[in-house]
Amino acid sequence: MDFISILSIFVLACFVGYYVVWSVTPALHTPLMAVTNAISSVIIVGALIASAATSGSTGSDVAKWLGLAAVVLASINIFGGFAVTQRMLAMYRKKEKRS
Amino acid sequence: MIAPVPPAPLVPAVEAVAANPWVSLAYLVAGVCFILALRGLSSPTTSQRGNRFGMIGMAIAVVTTLVTHVPITGGIMSIGDEQILTTATDWFAVFEILAAIGLGAAIGITTARRIAMTAMPQLVAAFHSLVGLAAVAVACAAFLNPIAFDIADMVVPMIGQPFASIHVVSRVEMALGVAIGAITFSGSVIAFLKLNGNMGGKPILLPGRHALNLGILGAIVILVAMFTRDQAPWIFWTITILSFAIGFLLIVPIGGADMPVVVSMLNSYSGWAAAAMGFTLHNSAMIITGALVGSSGAILSYIMCRAMNRSFISVIAGGFGASDAGAAGGGAAVDRPWKRGSAEDAAFLMSQAEQVVIVPGYGMAVAQAQHVLREMGDLLKKEGVRVKYAIHPVAGRMPGHMNVLLAEANVPYDEVFELEDINAEFAQTDVAFVIGANDVTNPAAKTDRSSPIYGMPVLDVEKAKTVLFIKRSMGGVGYAGVDNELFYRDNTMMLLADAKKMVEEIVKALG
Repeated sequence: MDFISILSIFVLACFVGYYVVWSVTPALHTPLMAVTNAISSVIIVGALIASAATSGSTGSDVAKWLGLAAVVLASINIFGGFAVTQRMLAMYRKKEKRS
Repeated sequence: MIAPVPPAPLVPAVEAVAANPWVSLAYLVAGVCFILALRGLSSPTTSQRGNRFGMIGMAIAVVTTLVTHVPITGGIMSIGDEQILTTATDWFAVFEILAAIGLGAAIGITTARRIAMTAMPQLVAAFHSLVGLAAVAVACAAFLNPIAFDIADMVVPMIGQPFASIHVVSRVEMALGVAIGAITFSGSVIAFLKLNGNMGGKPILLPGRHALNLGILGAIVILVAMFTRDQAPWIFWTITILSFAIGFLLIVPIGGADMPVVVSMLNSYSGWAAAAMGFTLHNSAMIITGALVGSSGAILSYIMCRAMNRSFISVIAGGFGASDAGAAGGGAAVDRPWKRGSAEDAAFLMSQAEQVVIVPGYGMAVAQAQHVLREMGDLLKKEGVRVKYAIHPVAGRMPGHMNVLLAEANVPYDEVFELEDINAEFAQTDVAFVIGANDVTNPAAKTDRSSPIYGMPVLDVEKAKTVLFIKRSMGGVGYAGVDNELFYRDNTMMLLADAKKMVEEIVKALG
């Protein structure tokens, strides 16, 4: 992909983000932060590429270990972020209807 | 002097993968899943489904990457002039990666299960710091091994070793990624220490900090410009170190009450860091996510600033709630008369009321009073009282903090109202019950032009027939450092005690 098509995706996604986030109810702002935290750990993709790269030179060996460290950090965030969001969302409930 | 040569034999495999339309499509689907995850949060009924979309999106992104980047060990066999690549899956490397994911999963899930809901702001700050650090690690890895990320060409100079020349655009993206990641990391660590109480909530003001901060920011910009001309390691590492420093310096002078803005801002940064790395890797899932998270954090910061009637710049400049702010409204108020009530008085007043509105604030979270508060609400409902909860956008230490605590205590979310939805109702309310909130109820914000909080939208609790205000003692002031007009009103009754103890006594008196 060339730079302009990537930039187009980015700009359009910013607009999507703007409208989607304004429609989030203020009561769920804390779960919103927790889940955005989890999804921003999609950076794990970069970490996986670094750790899967064939090593050999000194530079690529260090890169591999940095990649593995980033995989651990991002995984903490992904699993922790989604789990804590799930835990919070399960607590929101409606008033039971009186019979 | 420099002649480009065709890429090394190992590279075409990576390029073939990147060109595969199915791979791009998979990342795009992951990005769409993340959009749906946020979309689900528009209502509590759809939110859990949204969260599942998020998990599916992440699974797609991770599996796609793992499948297309299987670690290989390879050798190059030469047969005559031709070079043949022999490859095999490097199972040990696969195991290492899966072990790293497993380790992260174990730590993450344990933390998520054990954390107390009152500690959610700290947890979110800690998670932000991890995203920042991961971004820094990935950017460093990309700098050290650019061929693996497909962002460089091998260059063989006439003299010396062949080296990987990183594309100029990628250099900018990678420098931005490492800078934003480092700022997110060190800033979040400070925010965590402040929220967790390891560091005082009062702002720490260094002399000449604005000049220092601007100087460092300027240096980072110049270094990024230099980096596009020369990919020298010292430039890259200096950018990294300066960015760590600026994150630290930016957050240290910001006081506890401004933490909702800071946490949202760091949320935004973690998104921009992911987006910058997405640009480096040409990965649509990362770019979409980065844009979503970036705008989400920015919007939350804006909402928080608006709720405090402060500009974003003044929050970042820091120092709010430092000692000098107290002089504006505090001094004259020492000897004014006020009424004190007991738990029995409060119980009697509320049980006779038609409608009670409860206004929780950070103090409720500190005292862990949400459960006993819900008990009180239930007892009042049994007496036929209408009970509602009113939440100011900046109550607590992060956006939506009070809503989560009330939800944890089983308060139905349709009894909980935002500021603009309930403010008109205080005039028809018999008792407003303020627990752990202070500045957000101060009527001076509407009338007193000299008050530091003048213009901030507040809950009109003073319009209720009676205001019950729980406070530890008459001495302290809120985080803005101003005295609260409300205490001295004729219709206010002060309940001086620990929030949780007081509510427990009220529950006893009601029962």
